[in-house]
Amino acid sequence: MHIHEYQAKQIFKSIGIPVLAGGVASSADDAAEVARKLDAGRWVVKAQIHAGGRFLGKFENARTDQGGVRVAKSVDEVREAAQEMLHRVLVTPQTGPTGRVVHRVYVEQYAGDLQRELYLAMLIDRQTSRLAIIASAAGGEKVESVSPDLILKLPLDIPQGISQDGLARIVDQLSLDGEQAGVLDRILRAMFDFFTSKDASLIEINPLAVDVGQNVVALDATITLDDNALFRHADMEKLRDPSELQVGELEAAQHGLNYIKLDGNIGCLTSGAGLSLATLDAIKLIGGEPANFLDVPPVAEVERVRQAFKLVLSDPGVDSVLVNVFGGGIMRCDTIADALIMVNRDSRVETPLVVRLAGTNANFAKRRLQDMGPALTFADNLADAADKAVRSARKRETAVRRKWWERVMGSQR
Amino acid sequence: MAVLVDKNTRVICQGITGKQGTFFTEQALSGGTQMVGGVRPGKGGKKHLGLPVFDSMDEAVSRTGADASVIFVPRAQAATAIHEAIDAGIGLIVCVTERIPVLDMVGVKRALENSSSRLIGPNSPGIITPGECCIGIMPQEIFQRGKIGILSRTGTLTYEAVAQTTAHDLGQSTCIGVGADPVHGLSFADCLELFMRDPETEGVVLIGEIGGSEEEDAADYVRTSKPAKPIVAYVAGRFAPPGRRMGHAGAIVQHGTGAADEKLEVLASCGIHIADSPINIGSTMAKALSR
Repeated sequence: MHIHEYQAKQIFKSIGIPVLAGGVASSADDAAEVARKLDAGRWVVKAQIHAGGRFLGKFENARTDQGGVRVAKSVDEVREAAQEMLHRVLVTPQTGPTGRVVHRVYVEQYAGDLQRELYLAMLIDRQTSRLAIIASAAGGEKVESVSPDLILKLPLDIPQGISQDGLARIVDQLSLDGEQAGVLDRILRAMFDFFTSKDASLIEINPLAVDVGQNVVALDATITLDDNALFRHADMEKLRDPSELQVGELEAAQHGLNYIKLDGNIGCLTSGAGLSLATLDAIKLIGGEPANFLDVPPVAEVERVRQAFKLVLSDPGVDSVLVNVFGGGIMRCDTIADALIMVNRDSRVETPLVVRLAGTNANFAKRRLQDMGPALTFADNLADAADKAVRSARKRETAVRRKWWERVMGSQR
Repeated sequence: MAVLVDKNTRVICQGITGKQGTFFTEQALSGGTQMVGGVRPGKGGKKHLGLPVFDSMDEAVSRTGADASVIFVPRAQAATAIHEAIDAGIGLIVCVTERIPVLDMVGVKRALENSSSRLIGPNSPGIITPGECCIGIMPQEIFQRGKIGILSRTGTLTYEAVAQTTAHDLGQSTCIGVGADPVHGLSFADCLELFMRDPETEGVVLIGEIGGSEEEDAADYVRTSKPAKPIVAYVAGRFAPPGRRMGHAGAIVQHGTGAADEKLEVLASCGIHIADSPINIGSTMAKALSR
């Protein structure tokens, strides 16, 4: 689970990692009020979304070219910057073309000129299956172009944490003086304690700045928490921001479905994450565009599958639906069939459905679906299914366009 | 011959009295797997599905002589169950449980380093040598004994590869789902080595997905050890949006790494045959074998 910068900075402050004074606001007036109280000559206004690249981002339909991080010289400029960011869509290199709506801004003291920008992170290194510190003397936007041999990766053991020798290597890597080394030691200990006690999966400080007064301060803060461990951290679960989810994703999560909205017009309903990913591949490789990723975990309950069908069919952008299920273990194909029959009974399905069922009870399920009507077509295998789904989506897309065209032309007569 | 499990493997089920434990123990028994008992703290001394239930793994192993265990324990206690199995000195542990906290698994990995146990999973469909031994949740009826080893990070996509190798009349020697979590036991590289030593296996299908560096490590293994048997790889998720976790905890393109295209490039560069679409897995293997 991602959390916002303002939440991460509140955590940093509470565990002793140095940050600048700041506050969060959800209206332009609040932002001005936060700025007034901060007693600063200059401020930074930062859009709060769960994606990086905010400085480089652009707002949709904006008057200016400015991104999601702006320096303001007066309280009025703070208000103005907040006004231009709030409730607008920010598109950054990391959000994808749909962007994210900004619901909050963080107003912070402006750090002034910086002497250096460093990079510091703690994460789980999948390759070694261990905790690791990543440190680089070149941080900020430069970090992605730094050659790998200038980046130090230091493995950590639990519960020992950082050794004196390890600390010395990081201090050396970052070229810090004695006093700064003491601050870094405190920062690393705080990161390690938080990481291991709250099941984080990433803590990133980029940049960790050294200002002209030689002070070390975290200018940005990224914390990601392990979704699988949230069940034992109610305090972290509270930091979830449901407004960061796309339409349908919240509903899906409530029904225990893995759903991700995509930009195309072919709805997908698959069981198992791997097969779901492969289904997207099969569609894309023959020129189709999936409307979503949907992995129905193996379940025995018809109700959950029914919710999955409703979710896919309720997307107005869907021109055809590909159902690809390989029954096995708990997941049986007749559960899929029963759910589909119920959905069709509730409200007749008009969207073309291409159904590929294999594995446990596949033939029994197909017999049950015999009377579903013309919307349903069976496919023999994944190749056949992808082909049929792409064709029927194109056919429907054209039909809808032709209908619209005829209506427009008809009304002109 | 086969890999890791065969008709002599004696299996304990940890969490045997639960819904999943019961269902899949019944399935395993019906397919002829030697299930020899189960563990459920507090229910020791009872019988379940005709099998003895023990309070601890230590007791279960010493009383039954089991050499493998399968874990269907809820995720909050799953890591503890793995530690218990390691401490009991069992040779092979298969963990089906998904969504175990990653830090718990970091601890398990450390314990494995100093042990004689091997772990498959967590978040794994298990391992099967068709007709001899099925540990986990794979549907036995779709398998056909044959000459292809299948290695996969995902469950249902494994079945797709099984169906395609069966359709090309190649069959399977052993199938292993290494698990879909970011930190797990045996890796692709570990398993490839086992398949290369197995005389029954004539080729290996490797099914990867986005995220991590499992596929790259497998490519490293192939580059250095130059195995004689053909390997076919498919990597799912070429069109997955970056930064999103695609169903599996480990399936995510992060910090610009773990993308499918990059993995495919690395795999191809060391002579592995690439199935460019999930529909070509079986045919690519058939072609590779006929060369």
